[in-house]
Amino acid sequence: MTPRTTSTHVDYVLGLADDALVSAQRMGWWISRAPQLEEDLALANIGLDLLGQARSLLSHAGRLEGEGRDEDDLAYWRDERDFRNVKLVERPQEDFGVAMARLLVLSTWQSELYAALQRSSDPVLAAVAAKASKEVAYHHDHARQWVLRLGDGTDESHARMQAALDAEWPWITELFDESHLDPSLVTEGVAVAPESLREPVLRRLGDVVREATLEVPEVAPRVPGGRAGLHTEHLGRLLAEMQHLTRSHPGATW
Amino acid sequence: MYGNDFTAPDGPRPAPEAGGAEPASFLAVLADGGRIEPRDEMPEAYRRSLVRQIAQHAHSEIIGMQPEGNWIARAPSLRRKGILMAKVQDEAGHGLYLYAAAETLGVDRADLLDQLHDGRQKYSSIFNYPTLTWADMGAIGWLVDGAAIVNQVPLCRCSFGPYARAMVRVCKEESFHQRQGFEILHTLSHGTPAQRAMAQDAVDRYWWPSLMMFGPSDTGPDAATGHTAQSMAWGIKRFSNDELRQRFIDMTVPQAEALGLTLPDPELRWNDERGHYDHGPIDFTELFDVIKGNGPCNQERMAHRVGAHEDGAWVRDAAAAYAAKREQEAVA
Repeated sequence: MTPRTTSTHVDYVLGLADDALVSAQRMGWWISRAPQLEEDLALANIGLDLLGQARSLLSHAGRLEGEGRDEDDLAYWRDERDFRNVKLVERPQEDFGVAMARLLVLSTWQSELYAALQRSSDPVLAAVAAKASKEVAYHHDHARQWVLRLGDGTDESHARMQAALDAEWPWITELFDESHLDPSLVTEGVAVAPESLREPVLRRLGDVVREATLEVPEVAPRVPGGRAGLHTEHLGRLLAEMQHLTRSHPGATW
Repeated sequence: MYGNDFTAPDGPRPAPEAGGAEPASFLAVLADGGRIEPRDEMPEAYRRSLVRQIAQHAHSEIIGMQPEGNWIARAPSLRRKGILMAKVQDEAGHGLYLYAAAETLGVDRADLLDQLHDGRQKYSSIFNYPTLTWADMGAIGWLVDGAAIVNQVPLCRCSFGPYARAMVRVCKEESFHQRQGFEILHTLSHGTPAQRAMAQDAVDRYWWPSLMMFGPSDTGPDAATGHTAQSMAWGIKRFSNDELRQRFIDMTVPQAEALGLTLPDPELRWNDERGHYDHGPIDFTELFDVIKGNGPCNQERMAHRVGAHEDGAWVRDAAAAYAAKREQEAVA
């Protein structure tokens, strides 16, 4: 297990898959805990979309890798140093404001990413991106509506929404980090240059934040590393829970 | 029905639904086998009885999200995780249909939820059992949803139109869930020895509680103290508890054989004379304990539900304040 310093095609796809998988896992926590029944439904729906994206991308990564690993091998039998998701998505989100701040950031970035990725020279990646684009547009709309309601709702919700944004913002920079990406993946047209998404993502986020009567946080970015398998301390526990049953029964099918 | 509409012999009884004239138009619709609609005349007792039954059915759907939600994070494959998330999502949807049906009777969802949260209204006894292993996802789908379907299919012909129509939609999805549960158990029972043992253990734990979902026996010392006779006269209920339970057993025994699993009842055997399966005596003490609040998970289920409601109060307040501001702007 020696994490490579530059990404391969497989790692690039795995990164996007892991973003979706870990996000789906965090979203699943909300089912039966949402502020109202309609929201239990909506969050389950969004979690399911993200899980679907993860499954398509993991299967694709497994085929590209050519070692016979399927979506479950990749989801359940890799350790945290092999996960390639950004750290943004792995932290707990047990406050509704945090969940909506997170979803706003993720869906804004994913919508810009998938829009560009539809022109990828990897046809499978392009096809997955085309399908996912429609889903993340819905996620973005949902998150935006809640950020507006919470930001411009009561004094308490305004304060909590601002605190949630302040907590998420330091992790955004990692979405645009190119330090672990092999530049040839961009020149070959497989990957979208992460840096190219910075301007549109931050502009769209700023528009929503201001419309919600909130302020764009001015905070120092956190050090990236998720794409190289260098995570927060939260991911290990998330994976311990997610993988435990499967790993207790090696060779079993479910 | 799904939500318990019966009480322990020594427990508090639901308020009697006596009183209220039965208008001629109402009796004519019933006699004709037609549907009562929200604007039709109906006896006050009929209305109150339906509110209680539909609300408790809705509460059962939302409390029922918890035992399965318990395994979403740990589902053993991504396909199973997706199926389970979709199922729990369906249950939230069933809750929404049913609260909407109850609201056509002039009550408010928020008020019904308050009654759930402070214990004035109940939910199905079955959701007070813990989900200890993955196989419980299979047993719940196969047995619990199977029992719910047997209870609910006759409700598709219930005399109150909005409830009957909600049940048509609910039953379609429940049948799908029941097949998914069967498939989980089938995979486990044909898997490794450990998986097979897990499946048998889940069925052993869920069999008797599933039979108890139909309520106490209609005869004998445990006879229902509920509303069966009145509900049948009003066309809300079509069959007795024991009739539905027998139907469920007759349907389930051959399925257990197909799974290669046993049911934990040594007296279970085909009776040629009756054309039904005979079964051993059901110990309703356990059911009465559970509906009195002393089941394995009653406190956890309510604490989870009330906790989610209280934690979400600031969010609902914000949504209301935001909507009021937009309305004010629209008027200005």
